Amino acid sequence: MNATKNIRTLIASAAMVLGLGAAPALQAAGPAVALDRFPEGKLTDVAALQGGAKIYMNYCLGCHGISQVRYNKLRDIGLTEEQIKSNLILTQAKFGDPILSTIPLKDSKEWFGKTPPDLSLTARSRSSGAGTGADWIYTYLRGYYLDPSRPTGWNNTVYPAVGMPHVLWELQGQNRAEFKKVSSHGQGSEVFSRFVNEKPGSLNPAEYDNLVADLTAFLAWVADPVAQTRKQVGVWVLIFLALFMVFAWRLNASFWRDVK
Amino acid sequence: MAAEKQVQADGLLGWVDRRFPLISLYKTHLSEYYAPKNFNFWYFFGSLAMVVLGIQIITGIFLVMHYKPDASLNAAGIPVAFASVEYIMREVPFGWLIRYMHSTGASAFFVVVFLHMFRGLMYGSYREPRELIWIFGCMIFLCLMAEAFFGYLLPWGQMSYWGAQVIVNLFAAVPLIGPDLAIWIRGDFVVGDATLNRFFAFHVIAIPLVLVGLVAAHIIALHEVGSNNPDGVEIKAKKDANGIPLDGIPFHPYYTVHDIMGFAGFAILFAAVVFFAPEFGGYFLEYNNFIPADPLVTPPHIAPVWYFTPFYSMLRAVTDVFTWTFVAAALLGAYGFYRFKPFGQMGAYAGMAAMLVLAVLFRLLDAKFWGVAVMGGAVIILFFLPWLDKSPVKSIRYRPSWQKWLYGIFVVNFFVLGYLGVLPPTPVGQIVSQLGTIYYFGFFMLMPLWTPLGEFKPVPDRVIFQAH
Repeated sequence: MNATKNIRTLIASAAMVLGLGAAPALQAAGPAVALDRFPEGKLTDVAALQGGAKIYMNYCLGCHGISQVRYNKLRDIGLTEEQIKSNLILTQAKFGDPILSTIPLKDSKEWFGKTPPDLSLTARSRSSGAGTGADWIYTYLRGYYLDPSRPTGWNNTVYPAVGMPHVLWELQGQNRAEFKKVSSHGQGSEVFSRFVNEKPGSLNPAEYDNLVADLTAFLAWVADPVAQTRKQVGVWVLIFLALFMVFAWRLNASFWRDVK
Repeated sequence: MAAEKQVQADGLLGWVDRRFPLISLYKTHLSEYYAPKNFNFWYFFGSLAMVVLGIQIITGIFLVMHYKPDASLNAAGIPVAFASVEYIMREVPFGWLIRYMHSTGASAFFVVVFLHMFRGLMYGSYREPRELIWIFGCMIFLCLMAEAFFGYLLPWGQMSYWGAQVIVNLFAAVPLIGPDLAIWIRGDFVVGDATLNRFFAFHVIAIPLVLVGLVAAHIIALHEVGSNNPDGVEIKAKKDANGIPLDGIPFHPYYTVHDIMGFAGFAILFAAVVFFAPEFGGYFLEYNNFIPADPLVTPPHIAPVWYFTPFYSMLRAVTDVFTWTFVAAALLGAYGFYRFKPFGQMGAYAGMAAMLVLAVLFRLLDAKFWGVAVMGGAVIILFFLPWLDKSPVKSIRYRPSWQKWLYGIFVVNFFVLGYLGVLPPTPVGQIVSQLGTIYYFGFFMLMPLWTPLGEFKPVPDRVIFQAH
């Protein structure tokens, strides 16, 4: 993910050199608030991934499927078939079935007006110039605040007018958001300033952040389960190609010695 | 009856060669194809384009084994086509590698082809007697754009869907038949399953077939007349007693080992992207394309993939007001026919009449249509390059220094247009892209006027080469 960010910076700075100050489109699509950085160490932390899976099955799967992943695939984050079957399959699903939302699509469409999206690829699709998709999820799940003007009573700093209520509110508690007035170019607008806790949840803020980070790590793995393998294979491929380059270079030199 | 063929080889090779011109093909195209010895860095990209074509075809075959061009929704409410790509990424052994090679290969193809074309532009490789090589090359480029466009719909993500929607809708701007034409292309009133299936057919059968044929024609034409080189000197003009060009070396082994080295360098960069940054910051795989296509949700900003953005910028540059520039250009063209009479007296009348009609049409028809025409024209104009360039020398090395600046600005301009094409439209961006469009077309259309001007450096008799 760092490599991706570097390339983006590189391309953006190349554009700056050309005298184009405007933010790239990929940035323009980003959210209104600056994203917090998801602790990326969690991506390779098996305990975090397993913890995230547990939270997902308990809090998210009721509405959101991750249909691109099968239950048996969870063995890749260090779980045994027994553990998965007895702890994580909370529906009638078989071990080899895709992880579908508990609520039938037709019902959720009828009840909510819109089927809650499948989250298989959210950690990739929410990437932007503002941060990785994981950064987005990590900030989003910590960005809920009370807003009586919304039908659910909840709003979100990352995703204004979000349809989903704060599912994890018992854990985080209830926050109020404070906004400050800023004016630029003679136009006044309100910008998010900070959260104020109204009612504490069962976890303290540090514990809640950690739980969200676990959940985010799981969703990042769900979106790109092959990412770690890919990088490991990549190192060997590059080492091989570097050696190949040396041979190709010497081979070329030995032939071209004749060309005068 | 034809005379008995002289075959030097015996055994299996002899048996084959009596029935198929194997040895003579090998000689004509490899061991006795004499290429100039002064090729530089820029000459890697022809062979690399072949390598990428190979990568795309081979990975493409394996992708087709698992991909399903089907817009209907599966049990989880995800379009089958979209889910099948994810299936390849997750469940097919090393499917992720095959898919990332194919998606990175698409961008790599344009990188090497842009560099390959720019090489031709710099060293005058399109000049007599290589006009047909250049024209085949331009046709390959057109095919490549079509191939990329059709292929981009297949993952059936939001950008696939809406990108196709935008581009197909452009055809609706064609006068009279436009709306019907757009429906005919889509096979539906919106981009849908019919569109997906026909684009799949074009992407995997029709266009690759044409592409491979054109590549063969490109190479046959090249080997007929011989390669140009950075000095733009004809090596066939100076031959030794055996009729071998003095500055020529057999393609095999000298350029085969050379191109293997080029391939190694390319492979390192290619693998670095495939394994460590396959999305390439959202430029190779757009982030929005990880959301399944939804005909009911239009993304706030629809940007084509980077390789189309210079042309997309030129399309967007054409506003109603901007068409006055075309009117001015047409009137200037009419004056040019009147003043210079490049095709005789009758030609001058015909040319002036055509220019005046064009000037009227520029204002009469919708600016959207002219935007589409400009986008297409930006590629079509390349076909005429061999006849637009009137320079007494081929290579940029011997052109006047100020002309090198024009080439330099052309490159920067192309990058700026590409960059602006990624951005949502802004007023400043619009003006810059309009100036960029004028420069792009001015560069080519005014070539007959500016290329013969200035102080040319003497072209050497033989190529410049320092032994390694």
